[in-house]
Amino acid sequence: MLRFIVQRLLLLPVLLFVFSVVVFILIQAPPGDFLDSYLATLASSGSSVDEAQVVALRQQFGLDEPVHIQYLRWMEHILQGNLGLSLEYQRPNIELIGERLVLTVLLALFSFVFTWAVAIPAGIFSATHPHSGVDYIFTVLNYIGVATPNFMLALILMWVAYSALGLSVTGLFSPEFIDAPWGWARFVDLLKHIWLPMIILGVAGTARLTRVMRANLLDEMTKPYVVTARAKGLSEWRLVLKYPVRLALNPLVSTIGWYLPQLFSGSLIVATVMNLPNIGPLLLRALTSQDMYLAGSILFIYCFLTIVGTLISDILLALLDPRIRMEGAKA
Amino acid sequence: MSSPTAAAPPEAELAATAAEERVSVASNWTLVWWRFRKHRLALFCTLLLIGFYLVVLVPDFFATQDPEATDAKQAFIPAQPLHLFNAGQLGLWAPAVAGKRNAITLRMEWQVDETRRIPVGVFVQGEPYKLLGLIETDRHLLGPASGDAKDRLYLLGTDRLGRDQWSRLMFGTRTSMTIGMIAVAFSIVLGVILGGISGYFGGLPDLIIQRLVELLQSLPTIPIWLALTAALPQDWRPEQVFFAITLILSLLGWTTLAREVRGRFLALREEDFVLAAELAGCSRMRIITRHMVPTFMSHIIATSTLAIPVMIINETSLSFLGLGLRPPAISWGVLLQEAQNIQTVALAPWLLVPGLVVIVAVLAFNLVGDGLRDAADPYTH
Repeated sequence: MLRFIVQRLLLLPVLLFVFSVVVFILIQAPPGDFLDSYLATLASSGSSVDEAQVVALRQQFGLDEPVHIQYLRWMEHILQGNLGLSLEYQRPNIELIGERLVLTVLLALFSFVFTWAVAIPAGIFSATHPHSGVDYIFTVLNYIGVATPNFMLALILMWVAYSALGLSVTGLFSPEFIDAPWGWARFVDLLKHIWLPMIILGVAGTARLTRVMRANLLDEMTKPYVVTARAKGLSEWRLVLKYPVRLALNPLVSTIGWYLPQLFSGSLIVATVMNLPNIGPLLLRALTSQDMYLAGSILFIYCFLTIVGTLISDILLALLDPRIRMEGAKA
Repeated sequence: MSSPTAAAPPEAELAATAAEERVSVASNWTLVWWRFRKHRLALFCTLLLIGFYLVVLVPDFFATQDPEATDAKQAFIPAQPLHLFNAGQLGLWAPAVAGKRNAITLRMEWQVDETRRIPVGVFVQGEPYKLLGLIETDRHLLGPASGDAKDRLYLLGTDRLGRDQWSRLMFGTRTSMTIGMIAVAFSIVLGVILGGISGYFGGLPDLIIQRLVELLQSLPTIPIWLALTAALPQDWRPEQVFFAITLILSLLGWTTLAREVRGRFLALREEDFVLAAELAGCSRMRIITRHMVPTFMSHIIATSTLAIPVMIINETSLSFLGLGLRPPAISWGVLLQEAQNIQTVALAPWLLVPGLVVIVAVLAFNLVGDGLRDAADPYTH
């Protein structure tokens, strides 16, 4: 078991290295650099910059050095925990990202818990009452849940809240808590706001997991051991929860590997539509203004979160399923 | 006394064997079709998708007006719903709208006036256009038939620039549905070739392709998509952006298909019929294209049908965020950009209609895909 985890952890730096190269290529890809677009906006607003100033700025940001030197420099800073300076905001990136990152992770985790808390009971009910009215309702909801893009759901719910209740459900905090330090009151305020984005982000995943759970459990329910347990006179609920559900959960755990990363990157769209203080809107802004080190840092963080999500699911799966554990030990 | 089977007339026996005979000689595709047509919902959705693709072929014919024509005086006109029956008789009409300027906000406020009816005709004359880019015509499916030039028909209302949303939706349908199709077509080519190499040859190529697939699958899709589209030059023409977006979508989307194809190749490589073909002296290319690919073609089609809606959702989301297609291109995502501001939506809820169309299209693709996937294994039941 330990060996399996160590193996996975050893792979981590390799993946991070590859991702850092990919990210660096991506942020270098747009023609021109930040300074060009910065100068263009300055010129369009009427103020002029003299040549010497431009050269000084280029040197300050290392923009005139060869690409591989720029990459090495960037990596060196990241390894030292220094994410660089935002060219646009003129503030350290780590300051800009800091709290937004916490909120990104928090939102994804909330959605994750919501998904599992809804999908498993719904799946169990559908599988134990196949072709019942409730099962059909769940099936229809599942199809619609998968087919609705996140941002569309956000728009519809925001519109309903605004026109029916006069509520503006954007943001994650009430105005008085936006810049307040963390505390119990602020956390409670967060809980009052995070439920809607949590549901919106989780709906598609919930729909998918419910279907997976239903199918898995239906397969298990016809197996002979279930008939035996029933013949022994075990109460129906104990029987279902104790044996087939545990087996049906196994494939579900393996979905964490793609579901957690999907939540992290999916939160980008929901956050942009609902104006949440997330790293998503920050990335969008950084990309459009070619603030490349900020964009690079955020992309790198997304990659890191994705890897961590996959790692968590691998470890959980190994914990639950001895076959995977053994395979890891043999290799 | 004889058993009931023996007592049955010989014709029934013959009929039973004839039915069995039909099944055993039916081609793979016939079996798939027999199973597919049992899914009523999937069949219905297939018809729906055919309708969507009719719009893709001739959006001008379905549009009632020029999708680009702006008219500031006609902004935010609510939808004029189409009615089928006029005074108990079959006859198309739509209510007229009447505008009044609000004395305080100075904004035009439009009301649907149910009492004044605009007759709606089919195959009416309107804007001239070229059908399929070839035949010059000015016939449109629907249009006001009152003969009064002042009577305008806005079936789905207008946006903030007074553009007719129905007509824009028709052209948006063309863009969004084509992007989905082309992106999936690219993915199929990439997926089948790379998955095929990986599964058929194994060894080093397999190792390299599998690592590539794993790498691509562990990238955070949406942020990387955004970064890629943001890297497109701002001064590209809409067609160039369209092509680039399609390419970006498929470059990150081929991996699932490649895995599927690889798995099938691995399983089939050991089959007797492949060995037989090898011994008969078939070339590798012939074995792959004539003997192996046809056995899992139906699976590829089912998987691709399920991949199209994913592409559509992705394109719509990208364009909605302002990083996909940009105006003057019209797609479902571009149309929904108009609905970004919630105050605007509260004022003009009909701007959300393109979103409903997205949901319907995605739903239809998913249902057809599910039906095809179930039908792809004719021998399982």
